[in-house]
Amino acid sequence: MRLTCLIAGTVMAGTLVGGALPAFAEELHVPLFSYRTGPYAGSGIPIANGMHDYLTMLNERDGGINGVKLRITECETGYDTQKGVECYEQVKGDGALVISPYSTGITLQVIPKASVDKIPVLSMAYGLSAAAEGNTFPWVFNPPDTYWDGASAIVTDIARREGGAENLKGKKIGYIFLDAGYGREAIPLLEQMSSDMGFELMQYAVPGKEMQNQSSQWLNIRRDKPDYMIMWGWGAMSPTAVKEATKIRYPMDKFYGVWWSGGNDDAAAGGEAAKGYRTLNFHGVGADYPFVADIQKYVVDAGKSQVDPAKFADNLYNRGVYNSMLIAEGIRRAQELSGKTVIDATDMRAGLENLDITEERLKEMGMEGFALPMKLSCTDHSGHHKVYVVEWDGKDWQKSGDWFSPDVDMVKPLLEKAAADYAESNAPWPERTEPCATN
Amino acid sequence: MDFLYLIVVDPFVQMADMPDFLLQVLWEGFVAGVLYALIALGFVLIFKASGVFNFAQGIMVVFAGLTLVGLHEKGVPAYLALILTIGVMGILALAVERFVMRPLVNQPDIILLMSTIGLTYFLVGFGEFVFGGEPKQMITEELGLPTGSTAFEIGDGGLLILQHIDIAAAVIALIMVGALAVFFNKTRIGRALRAVADDHQAALSVGISLNQIWAIVWFAAGIVALTTGIMWGARSDVSFALEIIAFKALPVLILGGFTSIPGAIVGGLIIGVGEKIGEIYWGPLVGGGIESWLAYMIALIFLLFRPQGLFGERIIERV
Repeated sequence: MRLTCLIAGTVMAGTLVGGALPAFAEELHVPLFSYRTGPYAGSGIPIANGMHDYLTMLNERDGGINGVKLRITECETGYDTQKGVECYEQVKGDGALVISPYSTGITLQVIPKASVDKIPVLSMAYGLSAAAEGNTFPWVFNPPDTYWDGASAIVTDIARREGGAENLKGKKIGYIFLDAGYGREAIPLLEQMSSDMGFELMQYAVPGKEMQNQSSQWLNIRRDKPDYMIMWGWGAMSPTAVKEATKIRYPMDKFYGVWWSGGNDDAAAGGEAAKGYRTLNFHGVGADYPFVADIQKYVVDAGKSQVDPAKFADNLYNRGVYNSMLIAEGIRRAQELSGKTVIDATDMRAGLENLDITEERLKEMGMEGFALPMKLSCTDHSGHHKVYVVEWDGKDWQKSGDWFSPDVDMVKPLLEKAAADYAESNAPWPERTEPCATN
Repeated sequence: MDFLYLIVVDPFVQMADMPDFLLQVLWEGFVAGVLYALIALGFVLIFKASGVFNFAQGIMVVFAGLTLVGLHEKGVPAYLALILTIGVMGILALAVERFVMRPLVNQPDIILLMSTIGLTYFLVGFGEFVFGGEPKQMITEELGLPTGSTAFEIGDGGLLILQHIDIAAAVIALIMVGALAVFFNKTRIGRALRAVADDHQAALSVGISLNQIWAIVWFAAGIVALTTGIMWGARSDVSFALEIIAFKALPVLILGGFTSIPGAIVGGLIIGVGEKIGEIYWGPLVGGGIESWLAYMIALIFLLFRPQGLFGERIIERV
């Protein structure tokens, strides 16, 4: 009897709630794929907090975007590709405007699905580099830079320090990477640069299961004596690598990480000895920006954030904020183009494709000096924007040098070829039918 | 012919050319071996007393390390945090005995194994719930453990770098093994524990409390886990990724035998040194990355000659 009542009550309650709320109310659903648990949580938590807090701030301060509230949901992937695909399947029927997989492995899995399901994928500075080719991948976006841009930027900076690209001939550059889709993504570009410029590329793979057991890789590095080291690390791999580098007394100012290996905790693990470790960056560090004050006021102080106050506005937190800023600006642009305030995923795709964040707009958002203007187009879904190098001073990241461009002339044709190869190996890859919307 | 040279001669030429580097490789292998041995010790203790392969040993390492650092982060002084963590591992041992082991007495081994897998998931969730998922830096200095390194010049400009924490790990592991050996061989509880390991029913018949012994052995495994968590946490960080490393102890157990404490130590050292030497000198021939499976290869080769492991008890079953 009790059980019958319970079932009946549940069904009635479900009917009432279901009837009261339309499937997609006046809201914009932004699902965030995050990993607050598991071996990669060290990198995943600050990113998730940053993404979540910026969007929450827009809701609290502005009532959403153009009067429409954002419905922010999180799906825990644990950086596991299979769980990520489950998250995708879960949100795709729930009015998701855009997918932010936050994992190259998950991105690679959802790319073929996105064009079928008509949901844009925003893989901000990660994922498949070739997806920058908008004509082949109309539903995938990877601004502000691809991994190939990142790899070329690091080599460009090394060449600058060596007094020109011609001086790289005969040098040894080591590449230590997480042995997963993410870490392997930059290898074709580095191999191409190695063959073009004449430096020797030495590769050191770190299996996911051995992230905290890298002594063999670093013994090899000590023996091989590479002139520079480049790291594509994530999760527990990065702090362990920084520590191991200090243990073998590798000169830290010759050790570069991609932007994802630039967490504060990653560098702090090496203590004082990690001074000089450098990573790429494409947004500001620290809390000295008006939008950060707004996040503090409307979200953190209001108890609506999960961020540890000591880690508020650290480098990866700001990275998450930047990601959400792109989502928010994509929505705003989509609203402009479609003339609707409640947009769908197709509108969002057009919004992202026509993203044009100007200096004025950055100022309006309180992000002046935090990021550079950026623009995407039908053909270019990355933009290959400028980056800069940050250096660890033992306590925090400090800007080291000016913004500079990746080697776009070299990267672009390679991306075009890689996109064509992808389409061929995944034949029949759909022809682009989406119009290049502009207003 | 060239390939034969690369396999048979060249690695030894490299060793002779750079003796300082060879010493460094041996030292790193030794330290890794000590840490593997510590993890294996946790498995052995529980397997010896209850016949259970404790799948949760890896997460116990993480949980113990997280508890220690987590308590310190909440303002508890380091040594008090250490004592409290030992207390927490004691409570965990009692809880495991009461709620996991006791209800499953006389169940098939596979059921007990499954229960430790369940315990693993519980500890992962509970640990993340209480301490969060972020990696934490081990409170090495606060615990009075040495940091920094000493470099010795060897030969013509060669360098052997010894991390002080690695030396401490080796010393602590030796002390721990010695203490466990005394505990097992010289104390009443130790003898009772061995009796339980030999035959549960016979032990019960002479008045040994199975429940008490299990609680003690899980507590001892908890202490070993805490030591491993401190040492490995000091080398990298305390994070949930450490859980996976615990399975590096599997080839150590295959090699040393599931029931032998000296086996865990010797097995750990053979695997630790063997995989480093293999990876550094022979790995490049096949593109590197052989470390993860080489340990199993070494263990399997030993198994061909001693199926019970180096020090394991020979099982003779008559039919």
